Order: sequence, then structure tokens, then C-alpha cells
Amino acid sequence: MSMSFNKKMIAAFAGLMMAAAVPMTGFAADTIKMGVVGPHSGDLASYGLPSVNAAKILVEKINAEGGINGKQIELLIEDTVCDAKTATDVATKLVSDGAEFVLGGICSGSTKAALPIYLDAGILVMSPSATNPALTQSGDYPNFFRTIAPDDAQALLDVDFAIGKMGYKKIAVVHDKGDYGKGFAEFAKKFIEENGGAEVVLFEGVTPGAVDYSAIVQKIKRSGADTVIFGGYHPEASKIVTMMRKKRLEATFISDDGVKDNTFIKVAGENAEGVYASGPMDISSNPLTQQAIDEHKKAFESDPGAFYENAYSAVLAMTNAVKIAGSTDLEAMKKALQTEKTDTPVGAVSFDEKGDAIGVGFSVYQVQNGVFVELK
Amino acid sequence: MDYFIELLFSGLTRGSIYALIALGYTMVYGIIGLINFAHGEIYMIGAFTAFIVATILSILGFPALAIIVLAGLAAVIWSASYGYTIEKIAYKPLRHAPRLSPLISAIGMSMFLQNYVLLAQTSDFLPFPQLVPDFAFMEPVAHIVGSTDLVILVTTTVVMICLSVLIKYTKIGKAMRATSQDRTMAMLVGINVNRIISVTFIIGSSLAAIGGMLIASHIGQINFYIGFIAGIKAFTAAVLGGIGSIPGAVLGSVVLGLTESFATGYVSSDYEDVFAFSLLVLILIFKPAGILGKVDTQKV
Repeated sequence: MSMSFNKKMIAAFAGLMMAAAVPMTGFAADTIKMGVVGPHSGDLASYGLPSVNAAKILVEKINAEGGINGKQIELLIEDTVCDAKTATDVATKLVSDGAEFVLGGICSGSTKAALPIYLDAGILVMSPSATNPALTQSGDYPNFFRTIAPDDAQALLDVDFAIGKMGYKKIAVVHDKGDYGKGFAEFAKKFIEENGGAEVVLFEGVTPGAVDYSAIVQKIKRSGADTVIFGGYHPEASKIVTMMRKKRLEATFISDDGVKDNTFIKVAGENAEGVYASGPMDISSNPLTQQAIDEHKKAFESDPGAFYENAYSAVLAMTNAVKIAGSTDLEAMKKALQTEKTDTPVGAVSFDEKGDAIGVGFSVYQVQNGVFVELK
Repeated sequence: MDYFIELLFSGLTRGSIYALIALGYTMVYGIIGLINFAHGEIYMIGAFTAFIVATILSILGFPALAIIVLAGLAAVIWSASYGYTIEKIAYKPLRHAPRLSPLISAIGMSMFLQNYVLLAQTSDFLPFPQLVPDFAFMEPVAHIVGSTDLVILVTTTVVMICLSVLIKYTKIGKAMRATSQDRTMAMLVGINVNRIISVTFIIGSSLAAIGGMLIASHIGQINFYIGFIAGIKAFTAAVLGGIGSIPGAVLGSVVLGLTESFATGYVSSDYEDVFAFSLLVLILIFKPAGILGKVDTQKV
């Protein structure tokens, strides 16, 4: 009995809160409304909630300093669960609620589904985490920007590094047949062919978990490759590198973010020495990054989660654009984002005409004496 | 030609690796007609035991030979006790149950052990020390066959010969063959069938432990999941060679290893498994009992 009474109390209380919340949103007439979308519940909530925290921290700070152009910012936080259907419903709701620009779209798929709705309403969208290359490169979504590098940026960086900087001529591209590894390898192959400075002598997938990789290593050896670009994760990478060294194959090994993991060095041991792997740029030395993390610790008494710095940067870039443009008009904001640099935790960013942040992205690291060292 | 020889040895090494595990599958099947799906996990536990012991001993500064012998011994004892216990707990009570019941029990055991190691140890990959040093005399051919590969090849051959001798010429071997042919009759002539089955599990598990140690040393890493993938391939090899037959397990493993290696080398490693399993299907169409398997007439 008392259980159900408690439940009723909670329900009544929640109802009261909701009733109270409705007039509050309608109350401040002269505000700038910023939508925050992403998965705030479900499996992927850990990717979405840090963005909400970043938005809350910054909006509170900006409002305390008098807002933008004399107006306070108001947050409209909506949960998309990273589901395409929910994301489009949320977009329609935000448009009718009068959102003027939006932080988010955490997952590429649901972001893509919702973008046309925002575009029709002239709303600028900036994602901290949607990495699908087509979102910017297709040109279909001129209202879309992001503060994270697209998936193919790593492959481009690694290929430029191998051909441009190191002058390798024969490249074997190997992958683990998975979405991530194969995707990376296919981009790498495409960029090598476009570059023309080297040839792809081998393009193959290996079976993850196999007990022995000597056959593929012998094949790499026979192809005459002077370097191997591997798409995949560290368990396979360490097996292949170890087997290459055991079979006395001295070709350079270049890989991706999935290999730039300390477990790789731990498992491959001395065979890891000299291996190159690309990974997100080290931004920890940026004072703004430290400041953003400190603010999160102060406000939420915990360390920030995934994409927090990217979301923090996106909010800074968008609010700065509104300030410069003097309005939330899409074209005016776009122009501001493309011409003016904003100091953010991920660096001083401006955006190219497609919407990707210039200078944000990946660095090549090399294993030197048991640690990944960023090559500048 | 060099390339062919390189692939040949790749295939032989891979085949020997499968064989060390497949022997355990085939022995257990030969005696009690059960596919022991937990066998891959015994192999994994052997690798973990060897890892722990070898790490401790190398910290204490033992010489390489002492490490490999002691770690191997520890792995054998530990895995054998697991194999023995599993049989007593999970299979013996189901000996007279329908054939499917012990099979399900075996799959359950496999999952249990995987998750047990996952929780008790770690989900991470651990670096396995290279137990076999690089022999100086192997250096000229190291690009074709390494020292660890050589040890695996030799071990598999020796183990196969020892097992064949054990089964053909010793008293316990004779008892094993009798149990395999007709368990009730073996009991009637005074063979302690329970003991024979236990011994089979102990031998099979010991082989898996040796395999686990050598293979982990060859690959250089272990985690709780290695037993599953290796176990599936070894089981395939045992079926290919004719499950229940000891030379068959080795032959099937080598055929599988060579197929995979040549498929990778001359076609594409993308199709490695396609070739391996197409071969399995082909052989089973023409020889349903496997390459060396005996056609089992239905007992009435």
C-alpha cells in the first residue's frame, strides 16, 4: 500500500515539475534558443551526455557574463537515442519550439536523417562526434559543421605521411575485414591511388583471431612492399608486426587509431618499436582544454566523458559566430564560422566551405622506447 | 619456389597448432562419442597457467629452459585437473542420457570457463613471453621457419607418435580401445571404464595445455577468448581427418593448415576460411567419416 502511495506522490511531483517547466520556457521572450540533441538515454548515452554537460557549463558562463549581444541563451535539450526516427521527430519539435542553432547529432546515422529538417528551417547544426565523411563531403547539408575530423582524415594523413614525408613507393594495405578497419583500408587505398606517388602492391583482409599470420606475412614479403598500412585494432596489429619481425621482414608498419593504444606496445613489446599509428591530436597541453576539464570537475564532480572537448569547442564556435554575425541567420553564421577563428580546446578553429574544422584532427605517432610520441 | 616453401612451412606450422588441440577432441570422441566443446577452454586455461608461471619465474631470473619446462609442467597439471573435474561434474552424470544432453553440457562448460577466466583474470590482451629462444642454427632459415615453429612441429610429431604407441602397444591403450569399441563389454571383462575415461580426459587436457603454451608463445598474446576460435578450427580439423582417429586428427589439421596457407598465398586471405570450409564440405560429401575415419555401423 505504502509503495503505491509513494509512486503516486512521485508521479504527482513529476507532474508539478513539468507544469512548472512549461511556463518557464515560455517566459523569457528575448532569448537565443540552442538545441542540444544526442542520445541521453540507452546504450549510447555515455556518448551524448558529455555534450549536454558542456552546453550547460558554457551557457551558464555566457549568461552570467551578460549573454550574446545582450540576449540570454536558453537550452532545449532533446534525447534522440541515436535513432533516426526519433532524431527526425526531435528535429521537428525543435524547429517548432524555435531553436536557432543546434549542438549535436552524436551518431552519424541519426544526424544525417534529421539534417534536412534543420536545413529547411535554416538552422545551423554542429556535431562534436559524427564522423561519417559524406556528412560534409557530399555537399547535401550546407548547414552542417563538426568539430571532429571525418573518418577518412586518418587514412589521408597516413597516406600523406607514407608517401609525402617518408617517400615509400610500394604499399601493402591490410585490414581486419571489420567495418572500421576495412573502411580505413579502403580510404587508404583510394588516397594512395589518387596520390600517384606510390602503388598499392597488396590489398587483403586477414581473419581476426587466427592462430598464425605467417602466410599473409610471406605474401607481403613477396609483394615487395616497403611499408604496410593496416586498418584494424591492436590485437591483430601486434600479431602481424611480431610475425613480420620473426620472418625477418623489415617493412615499416603504419596503422590507425585502433592501434594507437598502450596495450599494443605492451603486447608487441620490442617489435612495436618504430611502428607508426595515427590518433587524435594531443590537446592536453592546450590551456583551454585544461580549463574545460576543470569546469566540468567543478560543476559535476567527475571527469568529463567522450567528445566533451569537441562539444565544448562546438558551443564556443557557434556562440562566437552568433556574436560576430550579430544574428542567428544561417548564412551570416556560416560566413562567420568560415572566416573567423575561435579559440577552443581543440585549437583555434575555423571551418572549410564543406563544414569540417580546419586543423582539427589526427597526428601521426611513432613508438619510441615504449611510448607513442607525437610527430609534429 | 621459395615462396612455395615459405607457404608450405606456414601451413605446416598452422596445421601442427591445430593438431595439438585436435588430438584432444578426437581422443575424447573416440572413447565416449562426445564432442567436448570445453576442450578449447582447457587449452586457454593451459596458456594462462603457463603465462602466470612463466612470468613469475622470469622475474625470479630462472634460465629459459627451466622456465619452459616448469611452466609446461604447471600448465599440464592444472589443465589436466580441470579436464578431470569437468568430466566428473559435467559429463559423467549424463553418460546414459540422450546424446544431446552431454553436448549441451559441454557447450555450457565452455561458456562457464570463458566467463570464469574473464572475471578472474582480465578481458584485456596479455603479452605472452617468447619461451623458445631464437636458436642460432635456425638463423639462415628464420625467414621461412622460426625456432618456435620448429618446436611446435617437433612437439606435434613426437606427441602423435607417443599417443599412437600408447594406444597400440600398452595395456592402458588396449583398455582404451576396448572401451571405445563397446563400453559394456569392456566393463564385463573387468576394465575399469570410469578410470579409462578419466585417463583419456587427463591425456587430452595435458596435450591441450602443451599446445596452449606453445601456441601462445608463438602468437605472443593471450586473452580469455583464444580457446573458442582455435577450438572451432581444431574441431573442424578433427572432423576432416575422421573424428576418433589419432593419425586422422593430425592429417586433417595439416590438410586444413596447408589449405589455408596456400589459399592466402595464391588467392587471397579474404577467402582463407571459404577455402578451408569448402574443402571440409567436399571431403565429407565423398568420405562422410573423414579422411581416415571408420564408417560407424549403427549399433543395434
